[in-house]
Amino acid sequence: MTAPLDVSGEETKATPEAVLSGVGGPKAIQGRSLGQIAWMRLKKDKVALTGAGVVIFLVLVAIFAPLIVSWFGHPPNEFHQEMIDTMTMRPKGGSGISGDFLFGVEPQNGRDLFSRVVYGARISLLIAFFATLISVLIGTVMGVVAGYFGGWVDTIISRLMDIFLAFPILVFALALVGVLGQFETQLGVKGDSLRILLLIFVIGFFNWGYIARIIRGQTLSLREREFVDAARSLGARGPYILFREILPNLIAPILIYATLLVPANVLFEAALSFLGVGIQPPTATWGAMLSAATKYYTVPHFMIFPGMAIFITVLAFNLFGDGLRDALDPKSSR
Amino acid sequence: MKKRTLAVVASGAALALALSACGGGDSTEPSGTAAPAASASAAGATGFNAGLENVVNPSDKKGGVLKMAVTEDWDSVDPGDTYYGMSWNLLRIYARPLVTYNPAPGAKGRELVPDLAESLGVSSDGSKTWTYKLRAGLKYEDGTPITSKDVKYAVLRQLDKTTFVNGPTYFNDWLDLPKDFESVYKTPDVNTDQAIETPDDQTIVFHLNKAYAGFDNFAALPATVPIPQAKDTGIKYRDHVLASGPYKFDKVEPGKQYTLIRNDQWDPATDPIRKALPDSYEITLGVQGDDLDNRIISGDLHVDIAGSGVQPAAIATVQQDPELNARADNPISARTWYVSILNDNPPLDNIECRKAVIYGADRVGLQTAMGGPLAGDIATSLMPPGIGGWKKIETFPLGTGDEAKAKEALTACGQPNGFETTMTFRSDRPREQAVAESMQQALAKVGIKLTLKGFPTSEYFTAYAGKPAYTKANGIGLATNGWGADWNDGFGFLSQIIDSRTIREAGNYNLSVKDPAVDALVDQAFAELDTAKRDAIWGQADAKVMEGAYVLPTVYSKGLLLRGKGVTNQFITGAFDMYDYLALGVE
Repeated sequence: MTAPLDVSGEETKATPEAVLSGVGGPKAIQGRSLGQIAWMRLKKDKVALTGAGVVIFLVLVAIFAPLIVSWFGHPPNEFHQEMIDTMTMRPKGGSGISGDFLFGVEPQNGRDLFSRVVYGARISLLIAFFATLISVLIGTVMGVVAGYFGGWVDTIISRLMDIFLAFPILVFALALVGVLGQFETQLGVKGDSLRILLLIFVIGFFNWGYIARIIRGQTLSLREREFVDAARSLGARGPYILFREILPNLIAPILIYATLLVPANVLFEAALSFLGVGIQPPTATWGAMLSAATKYYTVPHFMIFPGMAIFITVLAFNLFGDGLRDALDPKSSR
Repeated sequence: MKKRTLAVVASGAALALALSACGGGDSTEPSGTAAPAASASAAGATGFNAGLENVVNPSDKKGGVLKMAVTEDWDSVDPGDTYYGMSWNLLRIYARPLVTYNPAPGAKGRELVPDLAESLGVSSDGSKTWTYKLRAGLKYEDGTPITSKDVKYAVLRQLDKTTFVNGPTYFNDWLDLPKDFESVYKTPDVNTDQAIETPDDQTIVFHLNKAYAGFDNFAALPATVPIPQAKDTGIKYRDHVLASGPYKFDKVEPGKQYTLIRNDQWDPATDPIRKALPDSYEITLGVQGDDLDNRIISGDLHVDIAGSGVQPAAIATVQQDPELNARADNPISARTWYVSILNDNPPLDNIECRKAVIYGADRVGLQTAMGGPLAGDIATSLMPPGIGGWKKIETFPLGTGDEAKAKEALTACGQPNGFETTMTFRSDRPREQAVAESMQQALAKVGIKLTLKGFPTSEYFTAYAGKPAYTKANGIGLATNGWGADWNDGFGFLSQIIDSRTIREAGNYNLSVKDPAVDALVDQAFAELDTAKRDAIWGQADAKVMEGAYVLPTVYSKGLLLRGKGVTNQFITGAFDMYDYLALGVE
């Protein structure tokens, strides 16, 4: 059976019209998939492309952090107390920004802010991506199952979603990270890896409610569509219809909400680190840097650089996510 | 004293030494501070450090509202249930112990003077029996007379550490209590005369289970503030403490505010030490730290009760503004910050490995981590200078780390390539975090790899660093620690942190000093009745701890304190190393 993406929609009609009018070369006659159309729309959206560019740049920075730091900075945890005026604990000359220290140094310890911001990108993006992945996986499965099967299954899953949506996630995450952090031997991991896994789990596991609700709604409407009826009348059964008929139609909303969830998770991780339950020092994270900076609010550069890093990351993901939504789903209104 | 308790002491000579060094035009000081620092020693007491040895802005003018604030709430205003230095200092405006510290600047502030009592304690039976006689005409705020029986009741009452969890246990440990006595609530009928006698309403006699020549230090504890049995409501007593001092509580809203107004039953004739200048006190709790500093700078608030110094953000402001700098004091306290080197887990059970940690540490970096020279002098041992018997101990170098010696020690310990261990710190204390990070950096150079683990202050000693079962199971090798004296001698400072026999299942402050030789010296010091000899023994015990490499001292603590605008009679008392709260008035 053909995938519904190819049989329904404008592109099937477009072919005879193009032939009749006789315009365009062989290219114009080619059928275009929804993906191609979306890509064409996206290409015209300069704002979204800029966002995408920044996102790619950030990912590259995160991946190549050690290389970048070895060229332009100092090891992120290395002290440079010779840069500090010990009477005031401030960097000598206010911020310590120079060719050697691009973003200056932090008060007291004199660590290279540039290196710490770059390394902070690793933690932030790693946690945000994987937490999003978990949310999307759980949310999609739950949403599709609830929407497709309906009845008591839907009731149970929907109530579960309500519970998770009503949960004071931040408070719960604070407690959970604190409690689980003690079971190092039982969990078999320790130090930063344990903390990262914990944060990924906590952030991912408690954020699936939104996406599940959206997927459920979409599934509810999709399962009543003609192509699903057709498949069913030809003898297709549950799993086939779920995976081959309905899921491909959900790719667009999943992609959109995943892209919009990443920045939310970046912020969530920053909030947890800010509150001190994130990654343990001395490992650099943006949230923890902001937290430390509040104690030195008279040293603005300490707060500005990690703050800008969070701001740019969140903005870039949001712009890209909005553009993606416009491209994939032009009918939806903002 | 535990946690942020700030009561403290130091001997005159050492303090004066530290001060003259401070005023002597230290080249690292910003130019703005040099002039005021110099003028501090002159007659007109203003300028940087003026409050250390002088009464700043002396006045006898009565009236006005003294506005105090603190970033949190302290344990309790109940004199029998508090273990914060700021609270011990402050409670004397509404409560009177048998004996208290002389409200005078500097070293004079450490002298004990009689308060409720007519004179200091009279000892007999080789310092095992101590007698005090109360002044005549003492009254509570409700007009009832204060008797020695109330003092006895108050002392016995606070022995109940399940009800009153805060506060020291000196009376529990030293009073000759009958075996069947549990607490004033559980066993009210047990005759306790063998511990405390009250032959008449004016006289109180304490009987100790072993001799102690410094019992007046016990009598100065807030535990001796009288509480009439009829008014005692147990843990709820903190909601209405019956005033014996010149002020009484008007409003009590725990966590928010306290206000105190004049106690008209207090008779100045019975009280030679209190001036009682302001008409009332307004105490605001839970003010954000930076906000608090800014309001003291502007004059909106008069006193930060905590007395531990301004926040990091204000340090630079105070340093750079000559006008503010002239309002600042930088007293040294009888408090030492240090790192315990736990000797339970290998390879730190080997003294050479412990020495390697101390040799490898960057002592200057640790001082910077604690806040630099303004926040403390590099420490050579546990006992701070100024406590009797202190000697500069030069067992280890104080530089930026001696890699060669550290490597040598590592080889001697059989770990030439270094080892791995874990270091704990209090995660809500940025300075301890900085100490842990500094240790990690410095020790990495000699091959000792540290994993850092932060825990909240509230559970640090009860569930983690102070719980041997935890530290053994989790391979903890180093732990940040800090200790302040309950009063000015080796006993008041060292006894709780170097005696291995004080180590319990959890809640320990002594994390690492387990040495029979040290314990023997502690016993020797307890038994010695001569003050000079006793001080010398405490000094030996201090040296012994360093020889065993059980601790890595970081700094002898100092704080940058700011005098309030329009406040009279401000000075640093040597008893608490913060402004004396008995003498303050408003212009």
